[in-house]
Amino acid sequence: MYSQGLIGADGRTDETPEFLEAFQQRVDAEEKIEPTDAMPEGYRRTLVRQIGQHAHSEIVGMLPEGNWITRAPSLRRKAALLAKVQDEGGHGLYLYSAAETLGVSREQMTEELHSGKAKYSSIFNYPTLSWADIGTVGWLVDGAAIMNQIPLCRCSFGPYARAMIRVCKEESFHQRQGYEIIMTLAQGTEAQKEMAQDSLNRWWWPALMMFGPHDGDSEHSDQSMKWKIKRFTNDELRQKFIDATVPQAEYLGLKVPDPELKWNEEKGGYDHGEIDWDEFWRVVKGHGRMNRDRIKARKAAWDNGAWVREAATAHAEKRRTRRMAAE
Amino acid sequence: MAIYQALLELADDHLVLGHRISEWCGHAPMLEEDLAMPNMALDLIGTSRTLYEHAGELEGKGQSEDDLAYLRGERDYRNCLLVERPNEDFAHTMLRQLYFAAFMYPYWIAAEKSSDEVVRGVAGKAQKEMAYHIRHAGEWVIRLGDGTDESATRMREAVDALSIYVDELFDSSPAAQEAEAAGVLPKRADLRAEWDKTIAQVFDEALLTLPAVPFAQRGGREGLHDEGLGHLLAEMQSVYRAHPGARW
Amino acid sequence: MVNTTPLWEVFIRPRNGLAHKHVGSLHAADEIMALQAARDVYTRRGEGNSVWVVPSAAITASDPDQAEENFEPTGDKIYRHPTFYEIPEEVGNM
Repeated sequence: MYSQGLIGADGRTDETPEFLEAFQQRVDAEEKIEPTDAMPEGYRRTLVRQIGQHAHSEIVGMLPEGNWITRAPSLRRKAALLAKVQDEGGHGLYLYSAAETLGVSREQMTEELHSGKAKYSSIFNYPTLSWADIGTVGWLVDGAAIMNQIPLCRCSFGPYARAMIRVCKEESFHQRQGYEIIMTLAQGTEAQKEMAQDSLNRWWWPALMMFGPHDGDSEHSDQSMKWKIKRFTNDELRQKFIDATVPQAEYLGLKVPDPELKWNEEKGGYDHGEIDWDEFWRVVKGHGRMNRDRIKARKAAWDNGAWVREAATAHAEKRRTRRMAAE
Repeated sequence: MAIYQALLELADDHLVLGHRISEWCGHAPMLEEDLAMPNMALDLIGTSRTLYEHAGELEGKGQSEDDLAYLRGERDYRNCLLVERPNEDFAHTMLRQLYFAAFMYPYWIAAEKSSDEVVRGVAGKAQKEMAYHIRHAGEWVIRLGDGTDESATRMREAVDALSIYVDELFDSSPAAQEAEAAGVLPKRADLRAEWDKTIAQVFDEALLTLPAVPFAQRGGREGLHDEGLGHLLAEMQSVYRAHPGARW
Repeated sequence: MVNTTPLWEVFIRPRNGLAHKHVGSLHAADEIMALQAARDVYTRRGEGNSVWVVPSAAITASDPDQAEENFEPTGDKIYRHPTFYEIPEEVGNM
């Protein structure tokens, strides 16, 4: 799950126009670029940043949902949620591996996350306050993520595209899992219905923000499109998401919290109200409700685990020495 | 009803331990372990579900797996004390897992001869899971025991802290004794030699020794738990209990 | 100190009769933990029945700068392909 809005291509390069032109021709011909291929420095930097952000989003994304594993209200839901959060960890792992093919280490990326240098999707800076949020996160947040991620399976960079194919395959159960939770609540007791509506009220706008700023305000977006790292614009994907999601909410009898939401026959899509961009930038800049807690939790896991990683390394060294002595 | 009660004991062991491991999710020492631990938790929770469901059927009062998991309080839970011990650190968590799996592996192998078809079914699946848990937790115990000074100290502390809960694994409650006599469940006391052997193999490589236990703690099977279980259950059951009769 | 745990490449055989195929990579301190991590990360949905792990550092790769001299000379050796030879249709498949 990632916010493409935070990601723009780094267009700066020192390469010759001939080299850039030849590279562009390969991309235009839908040739995949592999890690050892010659590539513009800007392309490499953009990918390192984007894949890193994407990986961080998966890892930080484990926290808001992990918050409810121990309270899941049935054993069936508990198992499914645990498997889902585990998947997010796996996706982070595949993505870190893809970024590592470009010469950055996971440790480096992890340090950048902890220092605040690297960003992750802002959606995870919102708190999960009820069991319904687990449904909504699966339904809306994973739904928005899928809109973003399916085009990434065709990304020009081979390792990223391959990781995304695996991610998308695994992720197909996530959104269904979420929708099933919300559906059960929407068809349940009054209190459960209220819980579902309250959750939709809180997550609708942040979910729309996942697609990033308006196309006009999105820096370097054109370069990313040209390099086929990105295949659709922020607004295109957002519109697609709204058009797909509104009928799903209606089916549940839930109300999308946007008074300006209206079907527009002419464009064959919904018109909608304006996103609170102040809130968007506030959270991006680190002032969301959960920004500090999320990084604190990640740092704590990393720092508290240092002695375990050191022990594993020390033991591996001992094993090697013993094996050499035996030979 | 003795068999119902004995199955609940077994189911409670698996759910409580699975829950404890799931508390790690997103907080493991490395990403690879954030993938490994949920696999173990899912194995345990899966086994508990089958056992609860079967217990509910045998009881015949229409209690579902969730009724049994979510509506019994700490005095009604009959898990052994080992599984409810808090995670503490990675050393405690892996040792607790090794101790439990080293017991359950021969248990499930013996349970393949159960007179109860569901128990035989669980036994076939769970013994493979437990074999892997022994390997995974065992390899970690070896690495931590024979790693750095700090990891070795932590590992020894874990051994010291958890060994007083081992003897209870081999006790059979009156309900379990009946189930054993009826050929439904294996005799717990018979599994000690196998457990000792597994642990000795791991400890030998981990440079650890099993301490003498001056006084073994017991009581889980009578619902006499440590203080932590009540908190675990309060958290686990909070949503379910706040909405009586709701479907999820 | 940045503790860099070695990187491993993971290969999985989906079922007997097929070759092991590269599926991704992971970090682990030694080969036993690498195998276990590969099992836990890459076979959660019944993806295979055999796993190989290889230290990434042990792979010797061809030099992309030599790709042309390595792989292009083969392009005009069309007589290595069956379609180079003309056999009358009535002779049948060969």
